[in-house]
Amino acid sequence: MKVSEKWLREWVSPALDTQALADQITMAGLEVDGIEPACPAFSGVVVAHVVEVSPHPDADKLNVCQVDTGSERVQVVCGARNIASGQRIAFATVGAVLPGDFKIKKAKLRGVESRGMVCAASELGLEEGSSDGILVLPETAPVGEDFRTWLELDDSVIEVDLTPNRGDCLSVRGIAREVGVLNRLGVTAPEMADAPTTLDERPTVELAATDLCPHYLSRIVKGVDVSAPTPLWMQERLRRAGLRSIDIVVDVTNYVLLELGQPLHAFDFEAISGGIQIRRAQAGESLELLGGQKVDLRDDTLIIADDSGPLAIAGIMGGASSGVTENTASVLLEAAFFTPLAIAGRARSYGLHTDASHRFERGVDPGQTEQAMMRASSLLVQYAGGQAGPIVSAGGRDETARVIELSAERIERTLGVALPEWEVVDILTRLGMTVHAEGNAQWRVDVPSWRFDISIDADLIEELARVYGYNNMPVRHPAMDMAPVVRNEAIISDRTLRDRLVDLGYQEAITYSFISSELQHQFHPDAVSPELLNPISSDMAVMRSTLWPGLIKTLQHNLNRQQSRVRLFEIGQVFNGSLDALSQDKRLGGLIYGSRHPEDWFNRSGEVDFFDIKADVEAIMALGGERQWRFVQCEHSTLHPGQSAQILDGETPIGWVGALHPSITQALGLKSNVFVFELDYSSVTMRHVPSFEPLSRYPEVRRDLAIVVDERVVLSDITDAIATVAGEWLVDWRLFDVYQGKGVEPGNKSLAIGLTWQHPSRTLNDDEVSQWVSAIVETLEDRFEASLRR
Amino acid sequence: MDQLSSLVTEAERAIEEAGDVQSLDALRVHYLGKKGELTAQLKTLGKLPAEDRPKAGEAINKAKQTLSTRIDEKKQTLESAALNERLASERVDVTLPGRSGPQGGLHPVTKTLERIENLFTHIGYSVAEGPEIEDDFHNFEALNIPSHHPARAMHDTFYFDASRLLRTHTSPVQIRTMASQEPPVRIVCPGRVYRCDSDLTHSPMFHQVEGLLVDENVSFADLKGTVEAFLRAFFEKDELDVRFRPSYFPFTEPSAEVDVQCVMCLGDGCRVCSHTGWLEVMGCGMVHPEVFRHAGVDASRFSGFAFGMGAERLAMLRYGVNDLRLFFENDLRFLRQFQ
Repeated sequence: MKVSEKWLREWVSPALDTQALADQITMAGLEVDGIEPACPAFSGVVVAHVVEVSPHPDADKLNVCQVDTGSERVQVVCGARNIASGQRIAFATVGAVLPGDFKIKKAKLRGVESRGMVCAASELGLEEGSSDGILVLPETAPVGEDFRTWLELDDSVIEVDLTPNRGDCLSVRGIAREVGVLNRLGVTAPEMADAPTTLDERPTVELAATDLCPHYLSRIVKGVDVSAPTPLWMQERLRRAGLRSIDIVVDVTNYVLLELGQPLHAFDFEAISGGIQIRRAQAGESLELLGGQKVDLRDDTLIIADDSGPLAIAGIMGGASSGVTENTASVLLEAAFFTPLAIAGRARSYGLHTDASHRFERGVDPGQTEQAMMRASSLLVQYAGGQAGPIVSAGGRDETARVIELSAERIERTLGVALPEWEVVDILTRLGMTVHAEGNAQWRVDVPSWRFDISIDADLIEELARVYGYNNMPVRHPAMDMAPVVRNEAIISDRTLRDRLVDLGYQEAITYSFISSELQHQFHPDAVSPELLNPISSDMAVMRSTLWPGLIKTLQHNLNRQQSRVRLFEIGQVFNGSLDALSQDKRLGGLIYGSRHPEDWFNRSGEVDFFDIKADVEAIMALGGERQWRFVQCEHSTLHPGQSAQILDGETPIGWVGALHPSITQALGLKSNVFVFELDYSSVTMRHVPSFEPLSRYPEVRRDLAIVVDERVVLSDITDAIATVAGEWLVDWRLFDVYQGKGVEPGNKSLAIGLTWQHPSRTLNDDEVSQWVSAIVETLEDRFEASLRR
Repeated sequence: MDQLSSLVTEAERAIEEAGDVQSLDALRVHYLGKKGELTAQLKTLGKLPAEDRPKAGEAINKAKQTLSTRIDEKKQTLESAALNERLASERVDVTLPGRSGPQGGLHPVTKTLERIENLFTHIGYSVAEGPEIEDDFHNFEALNIPSHHPARAMHDTFYFDASRLLRTHTSPVQIRTMASQEPPVRIVCPGRVYRCDSDLTHSPMFHQVEGLLVDENVSFADLKGTVEAFLRAFFEKDELDVRFRPSYFPFTEPSAEVDVQCVMCLGDGCRVCSHTGWLEVMGCGMVHPEVFRHAGVDASRFSGFAFGMGAERLAMLRYGVNDLRLFFENDLRFLRQFQ
């Protein structure tokens, strides 16, 4: 809401400068977004009188004018076609400086002396673009007066960013009311008389939806001259509020909208057939709006209709067929109270947003419908002529006020301060409430008709706090129990986990949760995840089902910026399943790429491989103490079939690790292998709480085995087999060599495994250990055709 | 006896000339060993007349002593020379880089969230999280934003269907927590939130932290104290000016926007604060009775406050980042600045 400071001060004028006034209302909750001058700086422009106009002797398009500036008569050459003798004009005298630092000097135009310039509105910053001809002032403009002073251009436009609850402030009256409250000043409305009723004609009104429109006023004004100019002062006020002057009828309704906050509508009365109906639209009805847009109406929409169909969407926008045009001679003025619920959301549902809908959905004061009607008709008759008929009222105003119970105890409990009772009453009264003392520091409060945002005591308490001043309220720290809060030791903190990754050299990334469906498909061909109805772009259209695409995109971004060694991780939710069977799980994802070590002087070279990323996953696993994750060779569409593993915690799959599938790497144009992992976050952060086992005081026995097996046999199968026959005292095993080459037949590999036994309560003897070793060898021979390497 | 003295002279010369510990050891064996020259001399004592024996024996022992001392001295000299040589040969350039790999780092938004969480968990708040795909009830309805409420226009919402959406704030977590837990409730809810808006100063995804405290006798004064102390702690400025401006959120009442004295110019006015001297950093208010009703909290017994802030905004102010978009580009050169 933009409001002219001068206009506001006609209603209420506290002894504060512009900035102080803006600060004051900001701190009362009407946030001032900006203060702009009403027009750019210029000087030396006066109201002048055109005494005589004669054609330029040497130029067809120029005139030589004699202008009376009040103090002298000067000759000026003017090219505007609309100049005529007898006009009052805005005249820039020699020495004047116009916007854009344009200095007016004496000049000769085609041999004729010209001393000054007749100004167009745009040359004074009063109109956007370039004006069509010079600015013609009303005959009453006082010749010789400084133009800025006369038009009150030394004014500021205060832009207030209003919160949705304060619809009551969407007018000069509303803001004036607030300023009055804050400064303990009375607010003076301009004198508003009704237009004289000189016509007997009444519209027929059928109000069929009193729930949505409790009160509907209309009146006919006949013989209106739509071509009559809008008075300059009114145009100026509209302009300062950010509205363009259209014609006198529209301007008057807009003016009253700004002044009082009541949206009005003017129909071309001749275009209405039969009576006016206020009713819900019926299915199948449609309407061409003033802007030319055609809408199909829904039955939740309140409309104004005549015998032939819809004329307007009530409180939102009028229809094209009944709009005021240059040929209009009679208008039907409408001032109504549409309830917020009748309008809320409707404009948006039709893709519309108007000054009227903005106000109606927030609440327009039903107490001033009639005043607005009178104000508009009298301005209309005054400036466009015509004869007004009587105001026809359908429905009526509900005069019962909302009543709220309030107690001092509630105030103190909410605010933490006991406001003096007199102050409670004083503030509420200033806000236009009627306060009835009920005794015992309790009150009954009647809410004024314009405050749609006040319906419970909390609303009143907010008002008290606001006017009392938030910054005058006490500051306290909450008291609380000092009982320790339980922190589950079996859960690894986010911090610990992240720190481990950071220690491993990973940089955390935060990527978008929505990605393009192509990318999703590339990484997860059978992904089912929710799609946005209204994405910002196709790159952000579906919810990610895995963290990998975001990490890969981040990798690419950095590779394009000469980063060659990349380690990234991200923790975030992924989305799998349809909306009705959705799982939103937090996961930890990681990616490594490039050289194993940064370039250094130790000659540590080589690119990362599967065992680098597996080591990192194992390091994460190790955070959890004694948990045993298993890595099972398994196929995943995104991963290299020979270099990928599913990770199981017991029998529960908790993630994947591996090389990105070469076909994807290639499609993405990546030069080296990318290794990734993704783990279920809740599994990662679950840890084992240690439980003590007594230490054995007896010696360990170690035996080393070197076996040769087919190279396709995986280690975990061998160790699983060993565990089944190694007896219960096997406490540890180590793989200390994997060998292929000379001495081992091609297609085979040699594995060297160290096995350690220890008994808790006695020394193991050689025989029993040898028996276990034999059993192991036998089993490995049986199961894997393993042979001992000698 | 002459023989003895020439033997000692010869031995002394040999010791002096010994170049390393091994030859010194050989000399020790040669002269002082069981079969050594001086030991042999002792064996000749028997051939001397009895009266001469003590004197000669003494001379031989003295010679042995002398040689033994010489050898020890020489050994020490040789060893310290060897050590010096070794030390010289083992010298390294201590300014060469060490062998460790480089550290990674946390994202600045995470660092900021963590700082905020820590400030609150240390005074007894817990961290609560919730789903990012929310339903209309938890994101709007329960927060006193019925459909058609004009405040919905303030939340440019991403929808999946008529009732499911990406949460526009982390406030739904408050509802979920209150509905499942008896007061007192003291939580902070960090997380990703989404608004259908993208330009220089808006990201379609960003992070919020909301806080909620519900207990008996919680007042606006407690809210002011908590928010003020938090902001001073976050910016590590004891004297930071904090002001509360009336505002409107459907889920709190009274509601306030919180401004701090600009941390860049200390209130003098600069580009960051648009020359106002103030920075808007968070919103807050007393929990609206309607929200309590939806969450099943007895509003006649309990009251509470809630506050919410944007993590990116605070990270930008804390670390002087001037472009919101940098947070989601994940450029390593940017991220590494926060290690």
